Amino acid sequence: MQLIQTVTVGSGGAASITFSSIPQTFTDLLIVQSARSTGDFGFGTWQHIRYKLNDSTSNYSGRYLDGNGSSAGSSTESKLLVRANDSGSTANSFGNAQVYIPNYTASTNKSYSVDVVTESNETSSLQYIGAGLWSDTTAISSIVIDGDGLGNLAQYSSWSLYGITKGSSGGVTVS
Amino acid sequence: MELLREALAELQSANRKKEMSEIITKLVVDLSKPEGDPERVQSIPLTEEELAERETMRIQAEAEQAAREATEQAKSDAKASGIAKLLALGLTQEEAQALVN
Repeated sequence: MQLIQTVTVGSGGAASITFSSIPQTFTDLLIVQSARSTGDFGFGTWQHIRYKLNDSTSNYSGRYLDGNGSSAGSSTESKLLVRANDSGSTANSFGNAQVYIPNYTASTNKSYSVDVVTESNETSSLQYIGAGLWSDTTAISSIVIDGDGLGNLAQYSSWSLYGITKGSSGGVTVS
Repeated sequence: MELLREALAELQSANRKKEMSEIITKLVVDLSKPEGDPERVQSIPLTEEELAERETMRIQAEAEQAAREATEQAKSDAKASGIAKLLALGLTQEEAQALVN
């Protein structure tokens, strides 16, 4: 696994983060997020963060499970959504997340998985996992990350983009 | 109570609109530039089109969230109704909770 780039939001926050011209030399991508949104729905202590592959807003289909320590739920989404601590959560607390995208250069539809925790030292914390499919056969060359229209990205939020290369198993290929 | 809820929602929406318009830069990481190149990571002002798009996104996202909340409320109401009916059938509170959770 190789770190491609880490980016941290500076003073004043940011509307979005864009990773562009992603190298096409790896097999899979991993994005590690430590984030806080400036938005607050008053709907728990979390806020959505949206990922747009190749800046696309369409053809996503995901199923998510969530739990907060006292109840669990599930949802389906037509966006690639992750979550982060919202502005109403404990000050200076950030949620962690990982988004894994295997075979991002392949000329097939792209699957993704999401794993999130928005712990903020309160009585409720959120665990959120999901899996989905972006029905697009284009290789992924950019990823745009924003607050899904309901918040900005707070200062000190960070995203690290990793590239993962498959190993050689020495296995037999059957033709 | 409904009027109060609507007023609160309008105030929250106005605050989000104000907050969304105050952040007018985006961070762009151009990975084709070499590490250490000042053009690799840049803070760029949003264009007028992007600002307008953000406003559209805000309105759409608020509508989507309202729909999610309505769905959650309906689920919660249905659960409460189910528990009440189970209790009426003679189950204990614990038994009813175990069935619906």
